Amino acid sequence: MKCEGRIHIFGDHIDTDVIIPATLLLKTDNESLAKGCFAAVYPGFHERVTPGDLIFAGDNFGCGSSREHAPLAIKAAGIGCVVAASFSRIFYRSAINVGLPIVICPPAIAKAREGERAAVDFVAGTVTVGDETFDFPAFPAGIVAILECGGLVGFMEKRLKAEQAQRA
Amino acid sequence: MAATMAQKILARAAGKPHVRVNEIVTARVDLAMANDITAPLAIKALRAAGARKVFDPDKIAIFAGRHMPFPNMQFATDVNATARFCDEQGIRKFYANGEGMDHAVAPELGLFRPGMLVLNADSHSCTAGALGTFAVPMGSTDMAYVFAFGESWLLVPGTIRVRYSGKAGPYITSKDLVLATMRELGVDGARYKVLEFDGDALYALEQDERFTIANMAIEMGAKTAIMRPDAKTEAYLQRRTDVAYETVFSDPGAEYEATIDIDVAALAPQVAKPFMPSNVVAAAELKGKKITQVAIGTCTNGRMVDLLQAAEVLRGRKVAKGVRLVITPASIQTYQQAMREGLIELFMEAGATVNPPGCGPCAGIHMGVLNAEDVCVATHNRNFRGRMGHRDAEIYLASPYVAAASAIAGTIADPREVLQ
Repeated sequence: MKCEGRIHIFGDHIDTDVIIPATLLLKTDNESLAKGCFAAVYPGFHERVTPGDLIFAGDNFGCGSSREHAPLAIKAAGIGCVVAASFSRIFYRSAINVGLPIVICPPAIAKAREGERAAVDFVAGTVTVGDETFDFPAFPAGIVAILECGGLVGFMEKRLKAEQAQRA
Repeated sequence: MAATMAQKILARAAGKPHVRVNEIVTARVDLAMANDITAPLAIKALRAAGARKVFDPDKIAIFAGRHMPFPNMQFATDVNATARFCDEQGIRKFYANGEGMDHAVAPELGLFRPGMLVLNADSHSCTAGALGTFAVPMGSTDMAYVFAFGESWLLVPGTIRVRYSGKAGPYITSKDLVLATMRELGVDGARYKVLEFDGDALYALEQDERFTIANMAIEMGAKTAIMRPDAKTEAYLQRRTDVAYETVFSDPGAEYEATIDIDVAALAPQVAKPFMPSNVVAAAELKGKKITQVAIGTCTNGRMVDLLQAAEVLRGRKVAKGVRLVITPASIQTYQQAMREGLIELFMEAGATVNPPGCGPCAGIHMGVLNAEDVCVATHNRNFRGRMGHRDAEIYLASPYVAAASAIAGTIADPREVLQ
């Protein structure tokens, strides 16, 4: 599994009010979420994204509210992966749950420039920026199990089916 | 083996004698919660996964009345659908009839007790920590999984201890204590950690004042907050629940990753400037900054003690020309008590608009949304860009004393000056 595209740079402490304001949380179809992504602070962001592009951000990405609309909006806008120096706890869980790939890789952040190309190889565990490649640490086993199902809904479905089969 | 409160509660919930920091456990939940914004996505995920029944309807509470009366048709549609889901599933703890917002109402209803594990699809779940409850926020899909199976995976967090000492001066509140803590820790200083609050100055505070401190733990990146229950906590619970509970305490010798000591005697009224809740200075430094709105309320400062503080400043005074004062009691119980004690009348005499109980304008959804040129002093917990409306609107976070004094002055003010 790989992701390749242009880099969109963000700073530290990008909060969920900036990612998608609360006034835009009601419509949860993909088109509305894509339009809502960074709508208040960086208008037209989703129009500048080519599917597969990457967000490179600093520390504590996704801090603030528990709104899952935040990772959903980023995914709907066409972002293939968020690479950050660190993530807020709730955003980290929710991104994995909804199938938005995220990677913690501080040295890659330092090299990233707006508009340049980057690639993430999830199997090899590497982030490539320009001609430099950086390793990122593997996810814990429990998270890998969720990722392998495409997110937590898939994982739930699998567990429900297994429980049903056991009862039958 | 010495353990923190967080370790003890998670060990019990995971069915283990002891858990280590950074261990991942599967924990059984005592209460699972969601609200008007997060429940619809959780229900959608639950259905997408093919789950037909929730694990235990008596262990689920949904608070869908945070933004009553509804600002638009979509809200009404979502809350109606959530009500039908609760009906179908037999979830009786469904609140959408003007009760107010969960972080104020759930404690009043006795739903949170010491030693419980609560999982809630809302970031300010940490508020419950003021009762010795371990309440962890998560997203909607995580909550769908909890609704289906009654459990979730949790990383056992390390604990940072914050100790408040000394005697606070006049007009210094728990909001000033937590803003001073934010200045120390920043918006990610407690990321993934539990903030365990302690110290004589904390236990000098009334129970309702302690919620304000626990509430803002998430603003420092914490997984949650926790406080050791004392006699005031016991008295608070005794009036609200007859369900038995088992209080846990951190052992002497339990391991803390850091200890932060704050002398509250030295504190002046604090204000967080835009656009980060950690951007904290003394109110006096902002003296003369012109404002257009003041908002008093929310899960941070919408309880009776907060309204009493605001009333102390507003009694017999008028809101400055050019300033809108919006007051939102967080719960119906608070609203009713304020009414009985003449506070609603007093607020209206001063020139305030009193909103129905709930979240009010905090998330920019309704009842006090800001435009580009607005400058607002709010008793809320967040001042990120666009939080209450326009991206350029400025939000200053402060205590009810500072907020009310600023409403009178028409500029950011130190309450000690307005009242003397």
